[in-house]
Amino acid sequence: MGSYESPIREPLILGDKDYKQITTDIVRSTQGFPPLSWVIAISIAGGIAAFYFFCVAWTVYYGIGVWNLNKTVGWAYDITNFVWWVGIGHAGTLISAVLLLFRQKWRTGINRAAEAMTIFAVICAAQFPGIHMGRPWMAFFIFPYPNSRGPLWPNFQSPLMWDVFAISTYFTVSLLFWYSGLLPDFGTIRDRSKGKFRKLIYNALSFGWRGEAKHWQRFESLSLVLAGLSTPLVLSVHTIVSFDFATSVIPGWHTTIFPPYFVAGAIFSGFAMVLTLMLITRKVLKLEDYITIAHIEAMNKIILLTGSIVGIAYITELWTAWYSGFIYEWFAFYNRALGPMAWAYYIMMTCNVISPQFFWFKKLRRNLYLTFFLSITVNIGMWFERFVIIVTSLYRDYIPSSWADYYPSWVEVGIYVGTIGLFFTLFLLFARAFPVIAIAEVKSILKSSGSAARVKQKAKDDAVAKGGYAEGGDLAGAHHDVKND
Amino acid sequence: MDKYVVGLYDDEEVLLSAIKKVKQAGFHIHEVVTPFPVHGLDDALGHKQSRLHTVGFVGGATGFTIAISFMIWASVSDWPIIYGGKPYLSLPSYIPITFELTVLFSAISMVVAFFIRCGLSIFATPKIYDERTTDYLFGMAIKVTEETTPDDYSRINDTFTNTGVAEIKVRDFDEDK
Repeated sequence: MGSYESPIREPLILGDKDYKQITTDIVRSTQGFPPLSWVIAISIAGGIAAFYFFCVAWTVYYGIGVWNLNKTVGWAYDITNFVWWVGIGHAGTLISAVLLLFRQKWRTGINRAAEAMTIFAVICAAQFPGIHMGRPWMAFFIFPYPNSRGPLWPNFQSPLMWDVFAISTYFTVSLLFWYSGLLPDFGTIRDRSKGKFRKLIYNALSFGWRGEAKHWQRFESLSLVLAGLSTPLVLSVHTIVSFDFATSVIPGWHTTIFPPYFVAGAIFSGFAMVLTLMLITRKVLKLEDYITIAHIEAMNKIILLTGSIVGIAYITELWTAWYSGFIYEWFAFYNRALGPMAWAYYIMMTCNVISPQFFWFKKLRRNLYLTFFLSITVNIGMWFERFVIIVTSLYRDYIPSSWADYYPSWVEVGIYVGTIGLFFTLFLLFARAFPVIAIAEVKSILKSSGSAARVKQKAKDDAVAKGGYAEGGDLAGAHHDVKND
Repeated sequence: MDKYVVGLYDDEEVLLSAIKKVKQAGFHIHEVVTPFPVHGLDDALGHKQSRLHTVGFVGGATGFTIAISFMIWASVSDWPIIYGGKPYLSLPSYIPITFELTVLFSAISMVVAFFIRCGLSIFATPKIYDERTTDYLFGMAIKVTEETTPDDYSRINDTFTNTGVAEIKVRDFDEDK
């Protein structure tokens, strides 16, 4: 409202919508009986999630020995999966926080689902360090609580300790940010509900929200400051994850380029996962008018940018390893690219560096099938990136007598695949009970970025261009708009 | 008596101009409820800026102080241990945790303050003037009392009508009991 937006810009809400229609379209998916497709999907996802719990129980009962870790390769699948999930969990907060600060209106269509995805991905990520402890019920040992051992405090100089704080803060703040944004939309669902029980549930979920002007003012103030806090936070989290590697003395890990390289990679894989989910969601829930091709193109541009940053980082690493003249460092990279596990390296290179380059072409950026295919490719590539960094830096130790091989056991594969099931179970529950698009936020951009607004603005601009001041009010209106911006 | 005359508008720009007119006519606007944040509404209603960010700052400063002073105390005074040949007091390595706790305290304190100040809770029984005000209508409520005469009612009605209202309704919350 108020600000001038060029009619050439693509509308972010398609079709002739009014406020009522927006509510109806978005709330629809939470009403009535769940469709058969949803029931089938959640049964499959739930089944896989159940297998996850089985594999975790197996690990805890028999001990970490059921994994194929050895003296040389002490970190493999678990930490690969941990970093992969945390990386995926970066897009949501980036979309809602950074894009809010940059006033990118296209975030309104996708921020809700992306943030939900973030929270579920962080939940999946947090499983792995816990399970890797072998005795997960001792997980509270990592927190600095007054204990009977002195009290002996954890090592605050350890990056693993920083990680505990980074991940738990990130999870908490993302959850608060996401949930406070949900309040008005739960209020909307409550007021549309007929059943008494349903009303009661949604009233509790909305915390009794009713959209009073002063509450909206505080709400906006809260979102803005939370966005400001989340922006450095989101960058700090993967930076700290990268410190887990970068502060060690392992060739292949001991690299100052890691923080920016990890953050770019995290955004890259996070956006890919958002695209995978959004392409299905918009189709199944018939939300094509709100998650438009323009949204998808914008995300593909970010994938292209971050994918290319990641590509440059890979090449920089290789070059630095050679240029440093340090034989252990050079061996680690030589061995990555030409050693026995080079296949993993080339999967990573193909999926992460080559595949996003298709998005230089507008036509391909707007192709839904290609986007869907590449979004999955990117996440396969990003999983292999972590696998390459972790396993191929470890399995050839300094002394050849310590060289080892690594392949996962069925329990490790089960836990990994299981978290994907867990992730989709949570996402399907979310898609069923929660408004998947931020209703109030979409309404607030309808008048500036809806289809009708573009048509109106074009007519106005044309009249001004022709010198057609006959409709006087229009020109005055245009000036007024510019001034208000 | 908890009774209101509510003017329901179907466009936020009409609402903004209506607020001015209703104020000019000398009525006190009790509350305005909208389905989404309307820009310019705070100015029109004369709301002061929210002080929520101050709470965020105080919370953040608290988190910062707690984190840094605790880590210094634990590693210098309570149980000094040399890790990796570094001095007891290694401030650079305290930066990550200090930063995280600053953000954490700031965010939590702001959200808590937001919930308290807006009176939001899972047990809340909100006063809803009209169920469509979280959907597509914008409501403006004027409080009426026993002293409000039929003449006043018709004046309120006329004022609303002159401002392009979509619907006028009387909402008595005492009836709910």
